[in-house]
Amino acid sequence: MSDIDSTQMPEHTRRDFLYVATGAAGAVGAAAALWPFIDQMRPDASTRALASIQVDVSGVEPGMSLTVKWRGQPVFIRNRTEAEIEAARQVPLSELKDPVARNANLNADAPATDLSRSAGEGRENWLVMIGICTHLGCVPLGQQGDFGGWFCPCHGSHYDTAGRIRKGPAPENMAIPTFEFISDTVIQIG
Amino acid sequence: MSGGHSTYTPKTGLGRWMDARLPLPRLIYDSFVAYPVPRNLNYAYTFGGILTLMLAVQILTGVVLAMHYAANTEIAFASVEKIMRDVNSGWLLRYMHANGASFFFIAVYVHIFRGLYYGSYKAPRELLWILGCIIYLLMMATAFMGYVLPWGQMSFWGATVITGFFTAIPLVGDWIQQLLLGGFAVDNPTLNRFFSLHYLLPFMIAGVVVLHIWALHVTGQTNPTGIEVKHKTDTVAFTPYATVKDAFAMVVFLLVFAYFIFYIPNYLGHPDNYTEANPLQTPPHIVPEWYFLPFYAILRAITFNIGPIDSKLGGVLAMFGSIAVLFVVPWLDTSKVRSAVYRPWYKVFFWLFVADAIFLGWLGSNPAEGIYVAMAQAATAYYFAFFLIIMPLLGFFETPRRLPNSITEAVLEKKGTAAEVRTVES
Amino acid sequence: MKMFFRGLAALGLGLAFAASAAAQEEGETAHYPIRKPVEQEWSFSGPFGTYDKAQLQRGFKIYREVCSSCHSMNMVAFRTLEGLGYTEEQVRAIAAEYEVEDGPDDNGDMFTRPATPSDHFPSPFANPEQAAASNNGAVPPDFSLIAKARGAHRGFPTFIVDIFTQYAEGGVDYIYSLLTGYEDPPEGVEIPEGTYYNPYFLNAPSLAMAPPLSDGLVSYEDGTPETVDQYARDVAAFLMWAAEPHLEARKQTGFTVMIFLVLFGALVYLTKRKVWAEVH
Repeated sequence: MSDIDSTQMPEHTRRDFLYVATGAAGAVGAAAALWPFIDQMRPDASTRALASIQVDVSGVEPGMSLTVKWRGQPVFIRNRTEAEIEAARQVPLSELKDPVARNANLNADAPATDLSRSAGEGRENWLVMIGICTHLGCVPLGQQGDFGGWFCPCHGSHYDTAGRIRKGPAPENMAIPTFEFISDTVIQIG
Repeated sequence: MSGGHSTYTPKTGLGRWMDARLPLPRLIYDSFVAYPVPRNLNYAYTFGGILTLMLAVQILTGVVLAMHYAANTEIAFASVEKIMRDVNSGWLLRYMHANGASFFFIAVYVHIFRGLYYGSYKAPRELLWILGCIIYLLMMATAFMGYVLPWGQMSFWGATVITGFFTAIPLVGDWIQQLLLGGFAVDNPTLNRFFSLHYLLPFMIAGVVVLHIWALHVTGQTNPTGIEVKHKTDTVAFTPYATVKDAFAMVVFLLVFAYFIFYIPNYLGHPDNYTEANPLQTPPHIVPEWYFLPFYAILRAITFNIGPIDSKLGGVLAMFGSIAVLFVVPWLDTSKVRSAVYRPWYKVFFWLFVADAIFLGWLGSNPAEGIYVAMAQAATAYYFAFFLIIMPLLGFFETPRRLPNSITEAVLEKKGTAAEVRTVES
Repeated sequence: MKMFFRGLAALGLGLAFAASAAAQEEGETAHYPIRKPVEQEWSFSGPFGTYDKAQLQRGFKIYREVCSSCHSMNMVAFRTLEGLGYTEEQVRAIAAEYEVEDGPDDNGDMFTRPATPSDHFPSPFANPEQAAASNNGAVPPDFSLIAKARGAHRGFPTFIVDIFTQYAEGGVDYIYSLLTGYEDPPEGVEIPEGTYYNPYFLNAPSLAMAPPLSDGLVSYEDGTPETVDQYARDVAAFLMWAAEPHLEARKQTGFTVMIFLVLFGALVYLTKRKVWAEVH
């Protein structure tokens, strides 16, 4: 260091450069050393491995439901009857408290038609949604309430057969997670 | 803190406002900036700073490991493996913590031997030394309980053996052991309380460290000459002189630390601790962690009864005595000269003592049979003789070399020039 | 100061040598292993070591087809097999070959289902008691950490040299040596009924496990020789991976850290020199 350019740079400049370089390197090192301490707070590999699950629904006949745990929350998978689908289709959008589909597989502003609440064309009978009341997080009871869908006993929210909020304090339709049918009988959620 | 002559003058309005209410900046300035340290401190004096760094590393990594660890005998071992496999950067944090314990002890041993060599325990620094001994004891307790937490074979059997020491105490021994274990053997209650105490003790260490530094700043540092500071030319300001020197020593220490973490992370551990604890099967050779090996050798060296004391109690007493003797070192050393630099005979016995301690460590890792036992007994005898016989007698028989008049003079003598002493702002 | 460290080194080494020599003259009670593990070359040793993925896959095949009938590997999840170079789909297919217990179902009964990547390897036995009963009373050890849980005493001065050579393969060397080390007991050596003589075994002259490998036992698709020696090498490497899946990340991170610390140390040293130049 001392014999590189002692003729070109004044002594104090070289010294200041050295101090700044040392300080900067120390700061970079300290910041890098901090990373593992933050990194360890993120969901670990075993948790991330369950971020996406596959569910076999071959045994779920029309009129039957299945509740699976996904990311620590219940997911309702219902094979709806013709009557339930028809009842949901009859409801005009203007009557809905929340007119948005709340379907993670569609655009954020998709209307809450029965089709966009269901698993889509050809799979209108399937309803897959996170079984958490959008009011304060209770788990609603199935096939109850004024609209034959779900009823949350905590504060009296009523959902219809497409899981849309119709009456009570809840602000939104029950959320539909990212999912797809990877075969005719297996749903991958997440 | 030294002498109460604060040179701190706040420069900003906020600084004056703060200074009138909570003079924390003044405390920091006086203790870690303007604080005068002898100008002739060598790198052996940087280990205090390194120890502070290691305490911080252990507390930080320990706190985050506790976020993932489960203190339950059913899942403790698996939870540690989960840290190693699944938790992000978990392997790094756990290897840092496990090797950090060893490096904490490496640093503390250099620090203690430095104190013994330069007579840092002598008046007026007796309390400073005793506080250091308390920190060392707390470190041993913390390390022992931490080693139990992964719930491997060595964890379990180490805990069994060490808590078994207490059964050597007459009459109340079994009662004390059951009190420590929370049962009749090492089990879930033991693991739970060890985890709780392992989390608590480092903060107690930090508390005693504050007292240790406080006592240090009252008396000031010793230095290789052992002569007290007399003039302003004997000292330099803590910042930047000691700070930058400590910083360099820390980086070198971290370099070695990193080498172990990243390339040989299990070198200082024992393979058996990667087998889950099994209360029905003892591993063939139980050995403690390396930093306890000298004491383990002393424990096993007492194979004979001494009067009414049987060999078991004798071993335990010898082991605890080997640590207890450190507390009275300030009063065992009768020499009027502080530093070994000017004590030709003490120097020889000191290095023999260092070799003896390393030798005891090596003996502790070998089975207690045959010639090892005799060697351990000889080494144990020297260990105690050094403190109880050599230290007190040497003060009367040894003729010390001529002492320089001041630190400054010693520094100039060493350089072999009579160059003008340049005063340094402090 | 120099005196301080020079004295430390000289005295410590001298005494340890003397003691070591003295100890070796002793004829003592038998110490195991009878023979020390043979040190092998491994792709993952040293500061730049990496796993040979083809070798890991071969080793995994041996574990699956031979070892796993007795030895569990509880800590390893199928999802981590991607570290062996398998795709997500392949991992899913491998996992599905295993049945794991799940439940209880709606009737309160436990049931089995094909494993998914998030499951861990199932144990071949329901509990340790069943494992012992099926194996002459000796429980086959779990294999998740076996490559780190085994290792012969290194002794002085080898253990000092190990620091500088970064020797961390005691476990794999042991596994390789044990698997290739079965032989007939020497004249006059009696071994217990139902055990097999192996001078590399850590705790006794013989062990309860019969020689598990034989030439041609497992078929390799990549043309690697189907010999006991090759099998032992491959399965040992696989077990190292199982015990230390983040080994590569560790060594690579380590290199960056070491480089940084050396450069930073140089900067701090120059700063220190500059600062102290005014004093001396």
